[in-house]
Amino acid sequence: MEGNTLTAAAEKTEPVRSTLSPGRKIYSAAVKGLMILSSAVTVGLVLFMIVYVMVKGVPNITKELLTTSPSYLNNTIGILPDILNTVYIVIVTLLIVLPLGVGAAVYLTEYASNKKLVDIIEYTAETLSGIPSIIYGLVGMLFFCQFLNMQTSILAGALTLVIMNLPTIMRTTQESLKTVPQSYREGAFALGAGKWRVIRTVVLPGSIDGIITGCILAVGRIIGESAALLFTAGFAHTLNGFFTGIKSSGSTLTVALYFYAKERGEFGVAFAIAAILIVLTLLINLSASMVGYIFKKRKNR
Amino acid sequence: MNNSKAKRKALFENIIHGIFLILGLVTVGCVLLITIYLVISGIPAIAEIGPVKFLFGKTWASTAAEPSYGILPFILTSVYGTAGAILIGVPIGFLTAVYLSKLAPKGVKTVVGQAVSLLAGIPSVVYGLVGMLVLVPGVMKLFKLSDGSGLFAAIIVLAIMVLPSIINVSMTALNAVPEDYEQASLALGATPVETYMRVSVPAAKSGIAAAVVLGVGRAIGETMAVMMVSGNAPNMPSLFESVRFLTTAVASEMSYSSGLQRQALFSIALVLFLFIMLINAALNFFLKRDEKG
Repeated sequence: MEGNTLTAAAEKTEPVRSTLSPGRKIYSAAVKGLMILSSAVTVGLVLFMIVYVMVKGVPNITKELLTTSPSYLNNTIGILPDILNTVYIVIVTLLIVLPLGVGAAVYLTEYASNKKLVDIIEYTAETLSGIPSIIYGLVGMLFFCQFLNMQTSILAGALTLVIMNLPTIMRTTQESLKTVPQSYREGAFALGAGKWRVIRTVVLPGSIDGIITGCILAVGRIIGESAALLFTAGFAHTLNGFFTGIKSSGSTLTVALYFYAKERGEFGVAFAIAAILIVLTLLINLSASMVGYIFKKRKNR
Repeated sequence: MNNSKAKRKALFENIIHGIFLILGLVTVGCVLLITIYLVISGIPAIAEIGPVKFLFGKTWASTAAEPSYGILPFILTSVYGTAGAILIGVPIGFLTAVYLSKLAPKGVKTVVGQAVSLLAGIPSVVYGLVGMLVLVPGVMKLFKLSDGSGLFAAIIVLAIMVLPSIINVSMTALNAVPEDYEQASLALGATPVETYMRVSVPAAKSGIAAAVVLGVGRAIGETMAVMMVSGNAPNMPSLFESVRFLTTAVASEMSYSSGLQRQALFSIALVLFLFIMLINAALNFFLKRDEKG
């Protein structure tokens, strides 16, 4: 193999490709093959999951399932309460986490001057995003349900999810706050606007894309979360209005899926819920990339 | 007159500043809250049972007449399960990341990228459900077992679930490698594959290490999917036995626990939390090193 180097050097003007030793050719081809195989495995897994869940789940989605509560008398199962609970928990969580997360991001990018404090806040945000959801569930149960005496309720579940989603909203908002050009702020200051006015009228509108993206990601996480809700929001399947709903225990779609699959062995219902969850995941991913695309186009204009 | 107006305005701005400062400190408060709650509620049971007996005891029989609280089976199951998931997930995720970041044509890149973010978005109970009805019977038939649920099935599910973290973080690191490095290597006659594997990958090694650590964190913290496929018996880990993880140990007994048993569950959560804090520290170390390099 080494003997070829001289001749190879002499023939530099010729196309060099042919001088690759067979070992190197095989290595390159084999590694590339493995890469393609790995990517194919990844895509294959996703496709399999989606197709399998759809095939098993969609036939089980009936009007009765979507529009009734479970009834022991008629021996029917309906997931309307779970759907509503999911909607309630999404609304409550977003209402609370948005001001907190956006505010924290504004503080970090617009106000904070102490580097050490910024580091501490960012480190804690990173820590929060690494904590497993079961631990959130446990602390949420101890703090919200027991210490603050909220019992197992949608509100306690939502507050637990607020802590979980805080880093997501913070990160996306912060990223887009950084893209608002410094000259906008300076222009507004030069016109005599106070700091708060500049933030309210110039900085926040300029970072709306990050805030929306953060919301979409948060909605995805809230819909998909289960372990943190087991002991904070509970298992009840009662049909409630919004205000009664948030004060009482209620299971979301994911918790209901777990309950029907593991405790009741009702796999048809479980797959129907799984199919709904997969469709929601698809929609959320789609809208997240749409938002990114639309705002990128608008900014380039 | 004017002066007092300016003063009022300054006061107003200061109040707003204060409000944002408080919002900024919410995350710090949350981390403190979680830490304090876990420590306070986790310590009593460890003290009562004895740290050595608790951490290294081999039997967990919380509801027996003479209860025994040893969590070594859970710790080892979590460690083995995570190691197995990483062993399978990292090669697949790493190779996919290199391919997507460097070699894949644009169309392929978009499709696979979307697939990866879907994989990240699918709720863990859905993984659990598919695992329960496809993987568990499959394992049972393939290895001729009486029950397919156990450590092996959990490892497979976890390996799939850590893929998105590994792929995304590795890709970010690989995309950040300066193109000059690659062009220099190509100009010296290395093939593209040789260049990416021997120049780009070493240049991005901190980021790839961070990806692996993040994967470890995801695997060790996963609860629901694992609970649905691992069988949930507190055995010492063995590949095809029914096992219980640290996370599932907390989740499976919490609803009916009381007294010392309940406190012991909080102690398990504390142990899990310590694992996660170690992983976070490692993650931070790798990411910071990448920033400096």
